[in-house]
Amino acid sequence: MELSSQQIVETKAWRDMGLTDAEFDRIVEQMGRLPNWTELGMYAVLWSEHCAYKHSRALFHLFPTEGEQILQGPGENAGIVDLGDGLAAVFKVESHNSPSAVEPYQGAATGVGGILRDIFTMGARPVAVLNSLRFGSLDDERVRYLFAGVVSGISGYGNAVGVPTVGGEVAFDPSYRGNPLVNAMAVGIVEHRYIARGKASGVGNPVMVVGARTGRDGIHGASFSSAELDDDTEVPTIQAGDPFTEKLLVEACLELIQSGVVIGIQDMGAAGLTSSAAEMASRAGSGIELDVLKVPRREEGMTPYEIMLSESQERMLVVPKRGSEEQVEAIFKKWGLEAAVIGRVTDDGMLRVMEGDRVAAEVPVASIVDGAPRYEPAKQRPAYLDETINVEMPPPPQNYAQTLLDLLASPTIASKEWVYRQYDHTLGAGTVVAPGEGDAAVLRIRGTKKGLALTIDCNQRYVYLNPRRGAQIAVAEAARNISCVGAKPLAITDGMNFGNPEKPEVFWQFDQAVRGISEACAALNTPVTGGNVSFYNEKGGQAIHPTPMIGMIGLLDDVEKRVGMGWRQAGHRIILLGENRNELGASEYLALRGIVGGDAPELDLEREAAVQALVRSLIADGIAVSAHDCADGGLAVALAEACIVSGIGASIAVEADFRADALLFGETQSRIVISAAPEHVAEVERQAKEAGVPCTVLGETGGDSLKIDVGATPDGPESPLSISLEELERAWKGTIPRAMEGEAGVEAYVASASSEKGAD
Amino acid sequence: MRYGIIVFPGSSGDADMYHVLRDVLGAEVEYIWHRDSAVDHVDCLILPGGASYGDALRPGAIARFAPVMQAVRTFAERGGLVLGIGNGFQILCEAGLLPGAFLPNRGVRFISRSVYVRVEQTDTPFTRRCEPGQVLRLPIAHRFGNYFVDDAALAQLEERGQIVFRYCTASGELAEAANPNGARAHIAGVCNEQRNVLGMMAHPERAAEDLLGSVDGRLVFASIADALAASGRVQGV
Repeated sequence: MELSSQQIVETKAWRDMGLTDAEFDRIVEQMGRLPNWTELGMYAVLWSEHCAYKHSRALFHLFPTEGEQILQGPGENAGIVDLGDGLAAVFKVESHNSPSAVEPYQGAATGVGGILRDIFTMGARPVAVLNSLRFGSLDDERVRYLFAGVVSGISGYGNAVGVPTVGGEVAFDPSYRGNPLVNAMAVGIVEHRYIARGKASGVGNPVMVVGARTGRDGIHGASFSSAELDDDTEVPTIQAGDPFTEKLLVEACLELIQSGVVIGIQDMGAAGLTSSAAEMASRAGSGIELDVLKVPRREEGMTPYEIMLSESQERMLVVPKRGSEEQVEAIFKKWGLEAAVIGRVTDDGMLRVMEGDRVAAEVPVASIVDGAPRYEPAKQRPAYLDETINVEMPPPPQNYAQTLLDLLASPTIASKEWVYRQYDHTLGAGTVVAPGEGDAAVLRIRGTKKGLALTIDCNQRYVYLNPRRGAQIAVAEAARNISCVGAKPLAITDGMNFGNPEKPEVFWQFDQAVRGISEACAALNTPVTGGNVSFYNEKGGQAIHPTPMIGMIGLLDDVEKRVGMGWRQAGHRIILLGENRNELGASEYLALRGIVGGDAPELDLEREAAVQALVRSLIADGIAVSAHDCADGGLAVALAEACIVSGIGASIAVEADFRADALLFGETQSRIVISAAPEHVAEVERQAKEAGVPCTVLGETGGDSLKIDVGATPDGPESPLSISLEELERAWKGTIPRAMEGEAGVEAYVASASSEKGAD
Repeated sequence: MRYGIIVFPGSSGDADMYHVLRDVLGAEVEYIWHRDSAVDHVDCLILPGGASYGDALRPGAIARFAPVMQAVRTFAERGGLVLGIGNGFQILCEAGLLPGAFLPNRGVRFISRSVYVRVEQTDTPFTRRCEPGQVLRLPIAHRFGNYFVDDAALAQLEERGQIVFRYCTASGELAEAANPNGARAHIAGVCNEQRNVLGMMAHPERAAEDLLGSVDGRLVFASIADALAASGRVQGV
């Protein structure tokens, strides 16, 4: 039931659409009159937090966004980074948290579909998808349902659309119980000459809708995503994804862009036709007039309001050169898709929506795109930090071997093979470092000798316990992972997931995280090229842990030089780059012992940059033949993982003058474990000295167990640790299949690994 | 010699196959559109992997009606070499060019991983460069790979030597744990009675370069080249 302008005022109807009274007044002021129902709906979605970044935009100026490698920073559908050889990488991360909490399969599937459209709308062929997921505890049945549904949605969409899913991360923490996080990152490659942008320029040029028909799904999805979830939250129809149509759309759009007739092109994501038309006009400083009766629809009797706000998937808005309409139609027809002219580019700065001869809505582009208020919310350091920082350390463990096995088996550290086995990661015949093989995924860049390294990372416990440093570490760890395969970090996209920004404590976390990311990106020369902010991730008033996910890309000049995380052969020396420190705060080890506390580990960005440069140099020289960073679970877990992945044991002797659990399980940053042939140890030491990075020979590879002798380290185990590879593997690989499929599910993962071992 | 790769709406392995045949193996290769009907100018037709028609109904169920499939049938009947990979294998079964059908994987989920397959027959144009019993390491990526035939058809396949690949352990033994999808009799690939049409679930085109960890897939393409050279059959049936 559509209300008249008068009725809107009487009933304060904007409130149900998520607008405040002040925001409504602002709309009236900017329009110079009262909006009608359709106009109010259009404003409500474009001025939603999801689209307008009302609470975050004021901080974006802090991000470093420039660098010689950056061809496109924030402001477009995705960032673009130069790869040389006339090629560029296009990448972006986006959240689909709210839909995934309601309908995990479709929520995750359309998340993948949406981020892929952001990539090919820039003219790039999508070559990889990654994802970063957060769930509550796996003991919870509802959490297992969400986890299984999200993974299968990503699998169902990504595999069928023909883009490999090559990496990502999954972590479990009770704070995500009612509000899982589903962030998808997509990466594409484009020749410079085919880069397209989302601009509606050239008065009189046609405006066309291409791809799927428009239905009633997802109306007000962006507004829904901008509110906290409560049990009585009214849930819109979740959009359904169709990877088959998307695959055809990829091919048709790339063919269209390469044909040279495209002036501008943009996908229809949140807020559908309203946002794509308004944003394309905004970027060009133009206007658009369109007729909703010309939009191909799949349902009868849709109103202008519904057509303008539909979030039906797999649609794009295209502005081609005048006179090329038939060529556009022919290309889409070839791929079995529709293309329809719905309007023209104008020069009056208005988005005018016609329904035949009737003006259904007429809004100023500048107002609806950029006129939303920018809030600078109050911020306050949360009180919990005073408690967490002073947490008392537990006594050393009774049984170090069991503690290591327990850590390996903790869901956040445990092998995610159950997940990535469901993702087609070899599609594209270009995945050089596959999931589980290295610290970052590596793709070969066809037609060159180069490799593209990809990762997405965040340790939310660090951010919770120290938002600024935690966010710095997220960037540092992403860059370390890129460096550990031998690639040079180039740029990031940030997936910011936080609670309600109107709460001063939440906004303080956000503000700190933005500063932390900015500092680390500046220090590591990885500018921000764009990203996504998802606020209101709360359930029952309880916010998630602040989770700024860092999606990063890096470049290998010679892809043949890449290394994985596992040992290469017996008899190699194991060397630690960086130094061990007496830190246990924020560790998985403490969490295992029931303590979410302490401070995030120290981070010296200069040291971090030096360690990363050193490992890249050692890999490029062919000296480091494996590299793995010390992250969750610390040094002992890093060593165990290198053993499990390679099927080769290790004998380690390491000593410290502080407690042994901090040495083995503390999560001190800027540490990388490498392996190298014995004759290269001197060269490692020489380069480390030159770089000012401490390095220590820890031991050597070989045998069928992991042995760790901590010597005279205080509070250490009575005798050196010795754990068989089989035990390590079972602990690490068994957890997730056991939780999801029961004990019977475990064998398929553990047994297969041992049979794969004999492969090379 | 010249390869033709058929492109259905939803095919996604076409570009990988093109890359391997042209850039890695130096063969002549072209795409053939699903609406086309001229295929006789090529020496070997490949139906690539992917999700043709979005796997609507069942994988391959719609693709069998594509206009090009009549030409594929005629090409095969005249003795032309036809290779179906993954979804291509499913299409060949749906079209009746190969026996059998596909069920969802045991465990229902999509499976993407490296597996071992044992070469059961070396007297086919697709495996003549392999040793009998040779174990190949190849990637699989599918949700409907659980090959099924009834008892009578299985007996016939065995008798006529049409089972070309079986899933196995690294050392070549048949074991339930080494059968990733529950396929009947561990079947990973079959040929027709005339031995000129082969379907396989594993992807040889994803294992044709050292950089990607296995080059075992090259044996399939080397065999095809060998067979065509031996038959003196180049361009045109």
